[in-house]
Amino acid sequence: MSFLEVRNIVKYFDKQPALNNVSIEIGTGELVCILGPSGCGKTTLLRIIAGLENPDSGQVLIDGKDVTNLPPAKRSYGIVFQSYALFPNMTVMGNILFGLREKKGLTKTQRFQQACKSLKLVDLYEHRDKYPRQLSGGMQQRTALARAIALTPAFLLLDEPLSALDAKVRVKLRSEIRDIQRRLQVTTVMVTHDQEEALTMADRIVVMNNAVIEQVGTPKEIYDKPATPFVASFIGTMNFFRNSNELIGIRPENIEITNEPSSSEVAANIQTLEFRGPLTRVYSTISESEGQTSEICLDIPTGTAKQLCLEENGTLYLRMSKEHQITYETTAA
Amino acid sequence: MTTARLPQLLVLFICVVVFTTVLILPMFSLFSKAFMGKTGEFVGFANYLTYFNTPTLSASVLNTIDIAAWATVFSVTLGFLYAYALLRTRIWGKTFFKYAALIPIFIPTVVHALGLVYLFGKQGVVTRAGFFPFELYGRVGIILSEIIFTFPQAFLMFYIALEFSDGRLYEAADSMGVSGLKKLLRITLPELKFTVINAVFVCFTLAFTDFGAPKVIGGSFNVLATDIYKQVAGQFNFNMGAVVGTLLLIPAVASFTVDRLVNSQNASTLNAKATSYVTKQSHPRDAFFFLVCSMVSVFLLALVVMLFVGGFSENYPYNLSFTLKNFVFNASAGGMGSFVNSVFMAVLTAVFGTIFVFVYAYLLEKTSRGGALTKYGKLLSVLPLALPGMVIGISFIFFFNSSANPLNFIYGTVAILVVANVLHYFSVPFLTATGSLKKLDKEFESVSDSMNVPRWKTFLRVSVPLSLPAILEIFMYFFVNAMITVSAVVFLYSAKFKIAAIAITHMEEAGNFGQAAAMSLLILGINVCVRIAYEAAIKAIQRRKAKKEKVA
Repeated sequence: MSFLEVRNIVKYFDKQPALNNVSIEIGTGELVCILGPSGCGKTTLLRIIAGLENPDSGQVLIDGKDVTNLPPAKRSYGIVFQSYALFPNMTVMGNILFGLREKKGLTKTQRFQQACKSLKLVDLYEHRDKYPRQLSGGMQQRTALARAIALTPAFLLLDEPLSALDAKVRVKLRSEIRDIQRRLQVTTVMVTHDQEEALTMADRIVVMNNAVIEQVGTPKEIYDKPATPFVASFIGTMNFFRNSNELIGIRPENIEITNEPSSSEVAANIQTLEFRGPLTRVYSTISESEGQTSEICLDIPTGTAKQLCLEENGTLYLRMSKEHQITYETTAA
Repeated sequence: MTTARLPQLLVLFICVVVFTTVLILPMFSLFSKAFMGKTGEFVGFANYLTYFNTPTLSASVLNTIDIAAWATVFSVTLGFLYAYALLRTRIWGKTFFKYAALIPIFIPTVVHALGLVYLFGKQGVVTRAGFFPFELYGRVGIILSEIIFTFPQAFLMFYIALEFSDGRLYEAADSMGVSGLKKLLRITLPELKFTVINAVFVCFTLAFTDFGAPKVIGGSFNVLATDIYKQVAGQFNFNMGAVVGTLLLIPAVASFTVDRLVNSQNASTLNAKATSYVTKQSHPRDAFFFLVCSMVSVFLLALVVMLFVGGFSENYPYNLSFTLKNFVFNASAGGMGSFVNSVFMAVLTAVFGTIFVFVYAYLLEKTSRGGALTKYGKLLSVLPLALPGMVIGISFIFFFNSSANPLNFIYGTVAILVVANVLHYFSVPFLTATGSLKKLDKEFESVSDSMNVPRWKTFLRVSVPLSLPAILEIFMYFFVNAMITVSAVVFLYSAKFKIAAIAITHMEEAGNFGQAAAMSLLILGINVCVRIAYEAAIKAIQRRKAKKEKVA
């Protein structure tokens, strides 16, 4: 049974749809990433789950209970914002105790112990007396996470939690967050525009575009069998070409190359070669019916490129096996 | 609307009701009086016809435009040059010049006039040295007073605008070999276009509606602000007073409209990458600007020096021996009590004004999608900008003095003075508060909501401490202005509760210059003290903040 569910959510901002009939089910202990380009409605969806926005219609259910009209405090979640929203006038400990003080059932010692526990979990116990601005970006992020989990929430909401960080810290924190989430087994919804983040962290990914859900699936499903051309091109790189009434997609890494043409290969005209270290990306064009061309790009090991003596304006033969081809109805394009 | 927001909507509703009561209803009384006869019957535009057909009255309109226009031309020009000197040249003594320019904001406009009398009056220092061939009392005196009054406003507006301009534009121009003059004409002035428009309107409106200076130095030169006082306080012709009151609103409403239009267009283009302007060496330029700044600041300092001379001498100019007797004020002007009353009123204004403005700004900021109530609340928040003090004063008489009004009991008490002051000086603090609140993370409330922390607790524990510099600035602004204001309160103070700025007016009119100067020094003294305390507090806050940001 799903723990968190949104049903047929519709939300308009000044006649502009932000969410158009969106439904998702999230299981207990799952980490679900909502992925999409900016303005697709993903943050609005998160804020509606949080009760910070009200939907025009539709329902939010937590553990089978309709919470659509409940205020944020009654929904029992912890939230981490992109800006962290740490109170700069309080220490790390002060930030965490700020919410714990509202738990009337706890004694002072219990509150303190609970705060210490969550600080140890994010490895910030030694830094508890520092102020947020004295911490690095990554530590601030962890403070926000500690604050969110200190109240032992039923679920976690993460709104672009890593976007404000340097690339290296971001990669490190991905696994840390994932690790903490697994240890606590807390149901988590994370909003991101970074596909790599979603692919590496999520149990399931919800891909959104233009206020609707394009596809829901595990990272592997999303990557290997993108349901729409949008998902295909938004996640990873996808080459498209036409074959009579169909639009065919194929990933660059699934194209094999050869110098010796036979009947199953397609001739491609090399436009540009882009050196990318171990790999070289080849941008080429292939001819379609009625004189039209499609651009196909592929990645080949730099060594192989050298062996084959590839050069711009040269010709290359591509083997695009049927099993790797994904077919879309042309109307979808 | 989720239930978490209900309490704050309720508070907003109460604030809006209060605001409507002290702003909209009195304005309504004012306008209805302007269209009524003596016995309360509707007469249409008859009062206006009478007004414009009475040459002694209608002449005031042209007089007022005349003095306001001259004051504006001088203030805006000098304000620009002065601000330019402080930010775009390499002259010495910038800190000194900056504080010298602010002197006039610490003293009532009647005192600017008093200083002028000491300098250029019949027994003035300059007149006695034979340098001032003009008749001070009348047009010239008013214009000079209004220049002193409005100069700091223009200066501050240009100062802020120049401070926030992007140095990269000048660097780009330099790389293309653009000449200095062209940079001034093509970059600086276009950037300041909106500031110039705003400054012109602000200075014009202030000079147009000022009461203090024309009252004591105007002689027989009538302006609208003195007319309204004569009609109401002298002849009890309330309907004619209301007519003049509505006329006083015209430039303020025009300025208000322009301000709205200009500010909606003038979205700041400054971003985080903007570099600060680097001033290059230029001796002729610096010499010119040093001269301008010196002349202005020496003149302003001379006014203060003359207050000291007048305040501490036996009988200026005949007997200059030192005395403190001027500080023993005549009982007819309220004695020392009027100064104490003023401080009391200023403290109340600052306390209640700060609380009201900050809470109001907070509520509007946090209920930004709250629907009709928020929209109406926003409208109310911008209206006081268009209200001259005289208009507030007269409309309060009409509204609160009516025996049918259940709020009639505040009439004649300090409460009505405080309400008038808060309303009169609402706009600038409101902008300060809003600006400060906008800088806070929007998600503080969201996080608190998720942790079940009530909004009022987040407000007190997070928003207030983080906005402390703005709150102190608002407090100081209310205090200083309540100490110096004459226009709004001149209609509303009672014989039992006299206040210092008005006492000065009476002393000057009675020719009691020594005591007037002494009282002015007291006001100047306490205002400067409050300012110093404010700056010390800001420094302390910054030190504490720096400590919290130092990486341990």
